[in-house]
Amino acid sequence: MRVLVCVKRVPAPGAKINITDDGQAVDATNLGHTMSPHEECALELAVQLIEAHGGESHVLTLGTAEADEQCRWAASIGIGKATLVEVDSMDWDPQRTSRALTESVRAIEAADGAFDVIIFGNESADTGGYQVGIRTARALGRPMVNAIKGVEVSEDGATLEARRETDNGFEVYRLPIPCAIGVKEGITWPRYPTMRGRLASKKLAVDSVSSDAAPGGQAKIRLNRPEEKVSETIVLGEGPEAAARAVELLKELGLWSEGVAS
Amino acid sequence: MAEASLEAFAFAGGVASQLGIAVEALLIGADAASLADECAAHGAATVHHVVDAAITDYGPDAHGAAVAAAAGALSPSALVASGSDRGNEVLAYAAAELDLPFVANCLEVKTADDWEMTRVQWGGSLNEDARLTSSLPILSVAPHGVETAEPVAGATATVQPLDVALPESVTATMIQDRIVLSEGVTLATAPVVVGGGRGVGSAEGFEVLEALAAKLGGVVGCSRAVTNNGWRPHSDQVGQTGTRIAPQLYIACGISGAIQHWVGAKAAKKILAINTDPAANMVVKADYAIIGDLFDVVPAITES
Ligand SMILES: Cc1cc2nc3c(=O)[nH]c(=O)nc-3n(C[C@H](O)[C@H](O)[C@H](O)COP(=O)(O)OP(=O)(O)OC[C@H]3O[C@@H](n4cnc5c(N)ncnc54)[C@H](O)[C@@H]3O)c2cc1C
Ligand SMILES: Nc1ncnc2c1ncn2[C@@H]1O[C@H](COP(=O)(O)O)[C@@H](O)[C@H]1O
Repeated sequence: MRVLVCVKRVPAPGAKINITDDGQAVDATNLGHTMSPHEECALELAVQLIEAHGGESHVLTLGTAEADEQCRWAASIGIGKATLVEVDSMDWDPQRTSRALTESVRAIEAADGAFDVIIFGNESADTGGYQVGIRTARALGRPMVNAIKGVEVSEDGATLEARRETDNGFEVYRLPIPCAIGVKEGITWPRYPTMRGRLASKKLAVDSVSSDAAPGGQAKIRLNRPEEKVSETIVLGEGPEAAARAVELLKELGLWSEGVAS
Repeated sequence: MAEASLEAFAFAGGVASQLGIAVEALLIGADAASLADECAAHGAATVHHVVDAAITDYGPDAHGAAVAAAAGALSPSALVASGSDRGNEVLAYAAAELDLPFVANCLEVKTADDWEMTRVQWGGSLNEDARLTSSLPILSVAPHGVETAEPVAGATATVQPLDVALPESVTATMIQDRIVLSEGVTLATAPVVVGGGRGVGSAEGFEVLEALAAKLGGVVGCSRAVTNNGWRPHSDQVGQTGTRIAPQLYIACGISGAIQHWVGAKAAKKILAINTDPAANMVVKADYAIIGDLFDVVPAITES
């Protein structure tokens, strides 16, 4: 089985996200970089699929030269090959990104053989456009379902059962392989790199390619911090003595009825 | 109709009034016809209804293709849907088919030659002003991002059937089965959520939160620190990569209130933070706070 994972390099913000003075980017001074938790789970899923079914896994990213780091991270947990579509800005719009990824997947497949499963994150951590996976999969003629939190490949390798969480359980999709999915955090539990993995990642040959894909119709003007509703915090008290005030509050909000409590 | 769809109607109403045109609704699938009057009550002047042999359930490709076909047949000035899992997925499919841009999770829009919109990034932690150049703006509405309107009493709609002739290939992504696990209150819809963070310290520590949630008819939620430690399943996680909650009251215990958690919790009507640290973000941003050890405070509330 051949599995491809698409990941996007993003800053790893702390408890607060700061914006540069020109409003064009997240201020990444003193920040490390990472990828969406969804994509970390996508990489783990690829490694697990190859462990279970044999074959080869591949990571693909479109980003600046620094995105080499995310390729090596992928290799450190067991992804076999890496391609970086090198661009000079992280501001490629979703249409342009997916056009470039599509070209790149076609080139990899022409050289190494078709992918059975292509895995995306449900949405990227920063711009969250909810579309690069679907656009790419569609251009490649692969059926794709987003928001997936469970998968199973049929014994004959012909079908991928994909489950999406709903309010009361799961919806089940059965996609004919080759196919694509967008996954959500929680589908797997990403492993930490081993020492051996770290060494392998240093030796990884990242295939750097370029793209002249045409821009799409969406362009960033600037980033802003959302207005917060400012509410003065009412401190009900300290320690267990505050419990009585908490109960008053629950009654005030209509959330404390003797009926429920009994 | 889902709350998210009402938000889409409210947003579409704003777009339509800027353009001086009417809102029309698109219903997909045989069952959907029953929503026609509700669409009218939320401002739809006309309701189009797609029934196609290929549409036996929800399927992103089928629904996306139906939307794209409807866009071709009806020549709308814009397409709007909710920014739910399904809404974003269907519009992404439709936009891919039409080879047009799609702007997800908008909060506001200014219609002019080039449309400008404010949309959310980082799951709501930041806003982006964006410019859209497109022959057909395709927009989804950020969940909990706009006010819904009261329905107009007694409104009725005439339903126009719309033929879309979908290819058989769209059925590959149709729902094949459903697994029902629980019928009770869920994180997304619970009136009270009792959330626990790293401060809870262990899986067992959540018993005190379970007890309070049970008393209040609510459910337990948690932060990513908790799911990363394996103390709770990921389905309990509140935040950017978890669930967005909107309860009457969110009781956040031992949670620092990192922005990625806050964006999943901020739609709560009221927030009560219980934390040993009076300077924690969660305490500062909450409506109410109790400063103290959650293992003293939470059982005391439950027992009261
Ligand atoms: C792209 C991305 C997506 C993310 N998505 C999410 C998400 O969906 N959800 C999410 O939650 N996080 C998310 N995060 C992680 C987030 O940044 C924080 O790391 C996380 O929310 C911290 O969890 P916490 O508040 O439980 O832990 P901490 O920040 O460690 O806070 C623990 C708190 O407990 C208090 N405390 C300790 N002991 C006690 C006690 N006995 N009684 C009372 N209080 C006590 C402390 O004072 C402190 O305030 C994401 C991060 C990234 C980069
Ligand atoms: N620059 C990129 N490089 C590789 N994959 C990407 C890139 N941008 C988006 N993706 C993939 O597409 C998914 C959805 O992205 P988005 O449409 O931006 O929300 C992400 O989770 C990634 O899997």
